[in-house]
Amino acid sequence: MQDVLTTCVYCGCGCGLYLHVEDGQVCGSQPSRHHPVSRDNLCVKGWHIHESINHPDRLTTPLIRKGDALVPATWGEALDFTAQQLGHIRENHGGKAIGVLASAKCTNEENYLLQKFARTALATNNVDHCARL
Amino acid sequence: MTNSINEIENAEVILVSGSNTTEAHPQVARRMLDAVDRGARLIVIDPRRTRLAECSHLHLALRPGTDIPLLNAMMRVLLDEGLADELFIEMRTENFLALRDMLNRLDLEETAALTGVPLPLISQAAQLYGRARKAVICYCLGVTQHVCGTENVQTIANLAMLAGHIEKEDTGVDPLRGQNNVQGACDMGALPNMLPSYQAVANQDYRDKFERAWGASLPEAPGKTLVEMTHGGKQGPIRGMYIMGENPMLSDPTLSKVEETLRGLDFLAVSDIFLTETAQLAQVVFPAACFAEKSGSFTNSERRVQMVRQAVAPPGECRTDSEIIMELSSRLGYAMEYDSSAEVMEEIALLSPIYGGMHHDRLDQSWGLQWPCWDRSHPGTPFLHKYYFTRGRGHFMPASHTPPGELPDAEYPLLLMTGRIYHHYHTGTMTRKSERLNRECNHAVLQINPEDAKAHGLRQGESVQLASRRGQITLAASITDQVEPGMVYTTFHFHEAPINRLTNDAFDTGSGCPEYKVCAVRVEKMSS
Repeated sequence: MQDVLTTCVYCGCGCGLYLHVEDGQVCGSQPSRHHPVSRDNLCVKGWHIHESINHPDRLTTPLIRKGDALVPATWGEALDFTAQQLGHIRENHGGKAIGVLASAKCTNEENYLLQKFARTALATNNVDHCARL
Repeated sequence: MTNSINEIENAEVILVSGSNTTEAHPQVARRMLDAVDRGARLIVIDPRRTRLAECSHLHLALRPGTDIPLLNAMMRVLLDEGLADELFIEMRTENFLALRDMLNRLDLEETAALTGVPLPLISQAAQLYGRARKAVICYCLGVTQHVCGTENVQTIANLAMLAGHIEKEDTGVDPLRGQNNVQGACDMGALPNMLPSYQAVANQDYRDKFERAWGASLPEAPGKTLVEMTHGGKQGPIRGMYIMGENPMLSDPTLSKVEETLRGLDFLAVSDIFLTETAQLAQVVFPAACFAEKSGSFTNSERRVQMVRQAVAPPGECRTDSEIIMELSSRLGYAMEYDSSAEVMEEIALLSPIYGGMHHDRLDQSWGLQWPCWDRSHPGTPFLHKYYFTRGRGHFMPASHTPPGELPDAEYPLLLMTGRIYHHYHTGTMTRKSERLNRECNHAVLQINPEDAKAHGLRQGESVQLASRRGQITLAASITDQVEPGMVYTTFHFHEAPINRLTNDAFDTGSGCPEYKVCAVRVEKMSS
């Protein structure tokens, strides 16, 4: 078994916790003893964080809408179609017709890249996230 | 937060406003209760008798939406009792006379009556706070989710400056940030009016800097806020959206408008780890890696930037959001190539002064660093505003009472507040997938006072219909005196009882924050 020290994904406290990894899957968590916030303590959500990681309902393949249904597609199809659709809107209506929502659940690096993508490739400042909710 | 979380346990007086801390920020609550064990005084301002309120020395159960009159009354008491910190006001602030004149014109009795809190209790709270050597104010969305949210926050700042309770260790004003990385997402410029590190889009110099660094021209006009985008309507100005890891179909106010807007788009792409209510409306859904399957950093409420480390490989064909964004960007004619999240952070450090010394190798060898961290040798900043405020002098912003956008009336006689509970998180995308958390709580409950329950002939656990002018849902009654008569409370975690069908779309014009804490509803017994 391997333990990986990381940061909890729930609230703004930002506890340091270890994820236990067995057979390539996260099977449990434990607080870091010396982390300045968690100090050997987690809330009930932190203790059960592994359950959503391994859940059978996780999305595992890209999906594209065909009529009423979302059906599995390849990455190439999903990326090409998305780029083509967003590009079409950008060409015909301008970047101001595109909206981008970033995520308070994603990393700093991902949020940085997403707002950079919005402002350069999509030519829009319509980028926000759930800070107000 | 101007302080670090650990400083809270050294404060002599802790004033908590609009925060259900034991449930929403367990580690912060732990510091508060540890401080109480050591002799600190705890003052809780909350319409509900929360667990923290039960542990407090003074509970100021104000009428929802009357934060400004309550704090103004406290400040008037500070003035009358000679507890204003004159030296601090002289040296560090401006516009004090405007505040003093406004406070001196207040009729204290009338102001207290508006809040529903007895004047002697307000006076006692003000004196406790004013006389302390070290005092912190912690506040959360109970303060900001009002039409006057910005003024509420400014009034809190007025109180702290008037008492001189800022600039010192263990003393300050601490907004508790909700999500794990809501602070970071703001810092990174995922905001319509700000480039990374709060460099305003409207400022030509900042735009020039980023245009040079990114080799692209940037749009000049600030963009739309989240709710301006999700409430645009069927033929709104937004034709296409890309949504990364958010679920506005449960989290935003007046869901019927959100649904109409999202269904009316020409194109919607969503990347998420589960097929959320929002993803179900998309044309394309990307399967994303979750936090355990990638590396990077999160910034917590105390501005601590810390490492997220990959523990396992993503399941199936999942990819990280960084990979997805880079692929899309290249296809749209703007190539972005980074070998690692560490390389992205190098660029962030270069362009964002407050992250100037944040490098993965430094973060990796420590418990993270608190911004501002100006360069590689800077140790980070545990508490803010030590010698000066960011803007120079602290500016007093006097405010007066603004009533909520919708108050109870004959047709909808109850006041609804919404919030969180301990076992679940936000729209439940992750926590509702946990068997053990669901075992603790798996359905929405409506807290209602015994008096109102009796008037409606309700029994504990009985299903009731809750309706507002905008929609209705069914949920179970939980009869408790945690809420006063005339008020009800529930959460927004449960897709089976989406409370945001009912919430009002009144906003704070300053911040764009919806008024989740007040709207008018009625309860109906289900016909059997």
